[in-house]
Amino acid sequence: MSTKNKKLMIGNEAVSRGLYEGGVNVVSSYPGTPSTEITEFISKYDDVYSEWAPNEKVAMEVAFGASLAGKRSCCCMKHVGLNVAADPLFTLSYTGVTGGLVVCVADDPAMHSSQNEQDSRHYAVASKIPMLEPADSEEAYLFAKSAFKLSEEYDTPVLFRMCTRMAHSQSIVEIGQREDFKGYEYEKKPWKYIMTPGNAVKRHPFVEERTERLTQLAENCGYNRVEIADNTKLGIITAGTCYQYIKEVFGDSVSILKIGMINPLPVKLIKEFSEKVDRLVVVEELDPIIETHCNNIGVKVEGKSLFSKIGEFSQQTIREVLLNESADTVKTETEIPVRPPVMCSGCPHRGMYYTLAKNKITVLGDIGCYTLGSAPPLNALDSTLCMGASVSGLHGFNKASNNENKTVCVIGDSTFMHSGVTGLINIAYNMSNSTVIVLDNSITGMTGHQQNPTTGYNIKGDPAGKIDLEALCHSIGINRVRVVDPYNLEECDKVVKEELSADEPSVIISRRPCVLLKYVKHEKPLIVNGEKCRGCKMCLKLGCPSISFKGKKAVVDATQCVGCNVCSQLCPFGAIEREVQE
Amino acid sequence: MAVSLMIVGVGGQGSLLASKLLGNILTAEGYDVKVSEVHGMSQRGGSVVTYVKFDEKKVYSPIVTAGEADYIISFEKLEAARYVSFLKKGGKIIVNAQQIDPMPVIIGSAKYPDDILDELKNKGVFVDETDALSLAEKAGSSKAVNIVLMGRLAKYLNIKYDEWINAIENTVKPKFVELNKKAFELGYNYGK
Repeated sequence: MSTKNKKLMIGNEAVSRGLYEGGVNVVSSYPGTPSTEITEFISKYDDVYSEWAPNEKVAMEVAFGASLAGKRSCCCMKHVGLNVAADPLFTLSYTGVTGGLVVCVADDPAMHSSQNEQDSRHYAVASKIPMLEPADSEEAYLFAKSAFKLSEEYDTPVLFRMCTRMAHSQSIVEIGQREDFKGYEYEKKPWKYIMTPGNAVKRHPFVEERTERLTQLAENCGYNRVEIADNTKLGIITAGTCYQYIKEVFGDSVSILKIGMINPLPVKLIKEFSEKVDRLVVVEELDPIIETHCNNIGVKVEGKSLFSKIGEFSQQTIREVLLNESADTVKTETEIPVRPPVMCSGCPHRGMYYTLAKNKITVLGDIGCYTLGSAPPLNALDSTLCMGASVSGLHGFNKASNNENKTVCVIGDSTFMHSGVTGLINIAYNMSNSTVIVLDNSITGMTGHQQNPTTGYNIKGDPAGKIDLEALCHSIGINRVRVVDPYNLEECDKVVKEELSADEPSVIISRRPCVLLKYVKHEKPLIVNGEKCRGCKMCLKLGCPSISFKGKKAVVDATQCVGCNVCSQLCPFGAIEREVQE
Repeated sequence: MAVSLMIVGVGGQGSLLASKLLGNILTAEGYDVKVSEVHGMSQRGGSVVTYVKFDEKKVYSPIVTAGEADYIISFEKLEAARYVSFLKKGGKIIVNAQQIDPMPVIIGSAKYPDDILDELKNKGVFVDETDALSLAEKAGSSKAVNIVLMGRLAKYLNIKYDEWINAIENTVKPKFVELNKKAFELGYNYGK
């Protein structure tokens, strides 16, 4: 084996390499942790068309179109993104594919970067679509490479499930060559692709029959594997990273049925395995999908009676539950303060949040970096539900409460494009005096700086179409569209007050690029003039990580400060100054 | 049994480059390697942790749990204390003696503990304390704290000095190679 082709890869890079070698032609995705890097790695291949779509539903429909045209396609999203794309997903199960179609979905057990802990395996069961789940980067690569053939052979989209630990753990992969896939000639097939009731009633039986064939495949395929140990007292059925935890604890001393195809699950294979072991345990994170299947086919297992439905597992979980062993550890007596994530020094959202908090305004929030404005000391948010819900929710709140001059919503530029704009259409159409604040930092921030329809650049960083936010809002029928610089507190305060008191809907675009963008020039750090500082702590109300107190005076950390100057506007004594140039 | 390391610190301190360097050098040495980290929300100035495991045999789990870490490399004092329960009996903590106040401390709702490293030492924990920030600045950039600490770690791992230098040359951008080699050297030779 040549070491030249061996590479340490995060699971997401391995998926992208597998898709690439499997002959993928078109990839359309919306970023979302922990799925984002799959598409980012794909974008580095010049012989694959890739793009960021405005949302996951669009991305999946783009992949559908590419498959219809006879090419191999893929779309990637996080678990909650699959909710957005659920509409095309369920009918794609009926139409099937021409070119192979893979839907990558990344779950986030323990919610490292998510608003819920939903288990995407339910979607595979509900939509009757096969789902693969790898257990390390090498498997991620191999499974992804094989997924297009599975898709084409069985005329079905293929769901590809990742979890945070899989997506962001690196292990060694031996890579190969890209398959030379030319694509299939387009052929009109109305019976298969026009899902009118008349056609769909004929496709549903096909889906059921396909599931039977896929179950046959599951009984004997490379995705599912039985490892029989000498000792057959304990047998474990598992999938994904849980397999690694079990191997870490037990090595080769327990028998394992490792599932790589989560849907449909095998019947005969599980029954035969159960007969070989004395005690059978299912180890799976989140919901009891495998366990429920075992119960349905009459195989007695233990699962959620032992293991939690909440959070991530680890080798420690396995030791505690199956061996009753706890860890021997050092503990501190001193209480360690938590270190929650914060908005960066110089974050353009801070000035707007300060303005809203100061004016005691009710703020319906959305999904992105700016959710961090909910933390102390700003405490600026009242709700965060899902992408776009701030705008639609604000309309409902205002219709119900007559509180239109005290309530706003905040939504990022990318999130507004994703699904905020439909809420704004509702505001214009059904007429509420809502004030929508678009926090336009010219990038998709939280997921690590992806371009979006408002930035003017595409996934490869090349110039692209640019949506004009002001013109878009005007064309929807919003007459009052204001643009403010969130670094200017006085202007923010004035505009927010004016728009809240206006007798019609309005949009405030709070515009300044993310301070972490490479092209954003940082100013010299500010310094506190100790003679002027009276220790009033007004500056601490901003929650800027650069400002702290030493003794009775404020200090600015020069290594972090980018000189945004928001704090100096707040200081009643003019104590925060720009460093004098020598 | 795999050797388990944890790199802990504050989001934005450069743990990604440290884990990349480690991953590269351990792979080049022929070990089986797993590296695990979490991206996303927690990166924004929050407490961050990366796991690195290697073995001559196969490494299974990509994560490190309570009582398993042979080494904890901490970019900040409080973070060393936060993760000490992950340390194996007889394990070592390599820590940058820097204090970065978390937001609850900044706004006065919590206190940054005094002498937190002394408490660890008094419990018999091996603590290798380095003013990595000063050494990094001496090397030419406060951002090189990560590589200074890799220099400290190199004292304890059975990998040749020259291999580390090779790995630095293969991992960092060409214009930062000299700076990082200097930072590594300062960390490696600190206290000599």
